[in-house]
Amino acid sequence: MGTKKGLFVLQGEGDGPYEVAARAFAGDVVEFAAKDRRTGRYLASVTSGFYGPRLLWTDDPGGEWQVAAGPSFPSHTGAAVERIWMIRAGEADGLLYAGVDPAALFMSTDGGESWTLNEALWNERIAGDWRPGLGGLALHSICPWPGDPRRLAIGVSAAGVWLTDDGGETWRTGYPGLVPLYMPEEVREHTNVLCVHNMHRAPLLPERLFMQFHGSVYRSDDAGASWTDIAEGLPSGFGFPLVVDPADPGCAYVIPLTGAEDRVTPDGKARVYETRDAGASWTARAEGLPEKDAWLTVLRQAFTGGDDGEGDGLSLWFGATSGEVFGSVDAGRSWFVAARHLAPVTSVRVA
Amino acid sequence: MPAVVLRAPLKDLADGHHEVTAEGASVEEVLRAVERAYPRLVGWILDEQGKVRRHVNVFLNGEQVRQGAAVAPGDRLYVLASITGGS
Repeated sequence: MGTKKGLFVLQGEGDGPYEVAARAFAGDVVEFAAKDRRTGRYLASVTSGFYGPRLLWTDDPGGEWQVAAGPSFPSHTGAAVERIWMIRAGEADGLLYAGVDPAALFMSTDGGESWTLNEALWNERIAGDWRPGLGGLALHSICPWPGDPRRLAIGVSAAGVWLTDDGGETWRTGYPGLVPLYMPEEVREHTNVLCVHNMHRAPLLPERLFMQFHGSVYRSDDAGASWTDIAEGLPSGFGFPLVVDPADPGCAYVIPLTGAEDRVTPDGKARVYETRDAGASWTARAEGLPEKDAWLTVLRQAFTGGDDGEGDGLSLWFGATSGEVFGSVDAGRSWFVAARHLAPVTSVRVA
Repeated sequence: MPAVVLRAPLKDLADGHHEVTAEGASVEEVLRAVERAYPRLVGWILDEQGKVRRHVNVFLNGEQVRQGAAVAPGDRLYVLASITGGS
């Protein structure tokens, strides 16, 4: 659990109980933390309110963490990393990606110990004069193609979808179909101010991606080149995180918020919505979640599926800025409280 | 040589030294010299472009200064967290 006040390691089995087994980086914001399942190594993105961001790694999250060499911008860019949004394993031994603010992709080939800027995408960012969203200019979604390290889709707030087929040497956009309702009608078709909130690929059907956008939910069936609106049936198209079931390419989960001007769960009810038909229909999954006076905000990285189950046994976890963490071990059919009274939750991942 | 006063967590990254000395004719040069002596401090006071971080304040003999300010032997630099930082 990344929180505004450090990293919390929750430990437990099944539907609980869970307890806080360790806390690290007290006082600092832990933007994101995850385990590289290939190596067992833990990686964390930590931002001090005074001394800036850094990426750390360890083999024991309750023990000592090592500071990585980067990600940091080379001097010719004139830029400095503000925040490390996400870390993601790639499709080659030791290959990892990190997405940062200001929007840039960094790559590591040594398991996260050192990092190099992807210059080609940085050049696109300069040429395109990318604009930030409320949370900054964030490269927060990184979607590798199973088995092919050359193919990658990334999501940027607010510069849309970027795609590469050559390991990041060249990039192209995936904009058609995305409708930025927050822009004047006259410029919607040509603007690059496209506020992706979260994006994930369906591993069994890699051409398919699901996206939570600023105001709607979309699906792509052509590897991110174009998008179809699938928000009908949801109480709101607005939200931040999104999860897919690795075993079902038709499945995605979202947690709608009322809207951009009121970023809480609608009507005071905490509800996760599931589709199993690629967005043709949505079902509320709320058994065990608070149904009354629950005005939760769930941030971009604070919802995840476990790697320890799929299909009907998929585990799902999300944390709120209220400091509560909710879990399900039956694909969202029922939920339990895994933790209360933590600091505002910024990210959740299963280790 | 100028002296540089550090508080936690910077002090811990300087091997526990509350006060260190370092060569340099400007605030930036002195801070760079401190980084060279204690590499674990790299990235904490100065960002990767060599700028003092937004929420870190540097005082020279009690007066808040910018990183280009001249420093003389015998001067004391204080590196302190700003009240504008934190979360």
